Amino acid sequence: MAKRIILGAVALLLVIAAAYASFFVAPTERTMGDIQRIFYFHVGSAWAAMDAFFVCFIANLLYVWKRQQKYDSLAVSCAEVGLVLTTVVLITGPIWAKPVWGIYWTWDARLTSTFVLWLLYISYLLLRSLIEEADRRALLSALFGIFAFIDVPLVFFSIRWWRTQHPAPVIMGGSGSGLDPTMNKVFFFSVFAMHVLAAFLIVERYVLEQMRHDIELLQREAEA
Amino acid sequence: MKNLGSVFAAYLIGWSVFFLFYITIAKRTSDLRSEIERLKNSLPRGK
Repeated sequence: MAKRIILGAVALLLVIAAAYASFFVAPTERTMGDIQRIFYFHVGSAWAAMDAFFVCFIANLLYVWKRQQKYDSLAVSCAEVGLVLTTVVLITGPIWAKPVWGIYWTWDARLTSTFVLWLLYISYLLLRSLIEEADRRALLSALFGIFAFIDVPLVFFSIRWWRTQHPAPVIMGGSGSGLDPTMNKVFFFSVFAMHVLAAFLIVERYVLEQMRHDIELLQREAEA
Repeated sequence: MKNLGSVFAAYLIGWSVFFLFYITIAKRTSDLRSEIERLKNSLPRGK
């Protein structure tokens, strides 16, 4: 419990420090101006979401292979946190887009694949809520989760494979891409802060899922 | 300082989403803790 409180406090401090750095340390971008400061929060959340979905994918594979309940708990925890992070990405993106593109939304490859990703993980959680029996729920949702992850590389590569309204990558985007050195430091600090926040939320959600499992065991015991 | 209001709005909404999610986890955890206690008490002693 104490470790979880410390992790939560560290996550909170890091997120506050990242926001401070985004507003007061990072220089103002020449073309877009202050609105570009959303970048640190938006992309930090997006990277943390992708990594949460990746851990979810690994946990789903491990569940199918080993059939251990802890992997199911980890998978659902990561899926839920990844979904929350993607929700933040889908909210902050249009707020950034409006002054820059003149529109909140367009159905280009990046935005559409991200929206589909959001829908896929909502479906994953809905599927879980529809199946009563624990083992069947874990197996079917693990299989669906493995399928849903196919969209993650599609989101990542969409701005590399197709011409999109969404900007081309500035990080790992090849020659001609890149950030100002101070922006780069603030960006990676923000990414780190969002990952610590995601880790904290996953741990909290995992504890909840384990308690749910304990209840199922106690209910079986009570019925026996 | 153009569009700074939108930047604040984006951060505020984003943080609110995380905070609300954490509140739902805390609420669900508290409900389950009570449920576990109730079930433990309902089980026959010695089990």
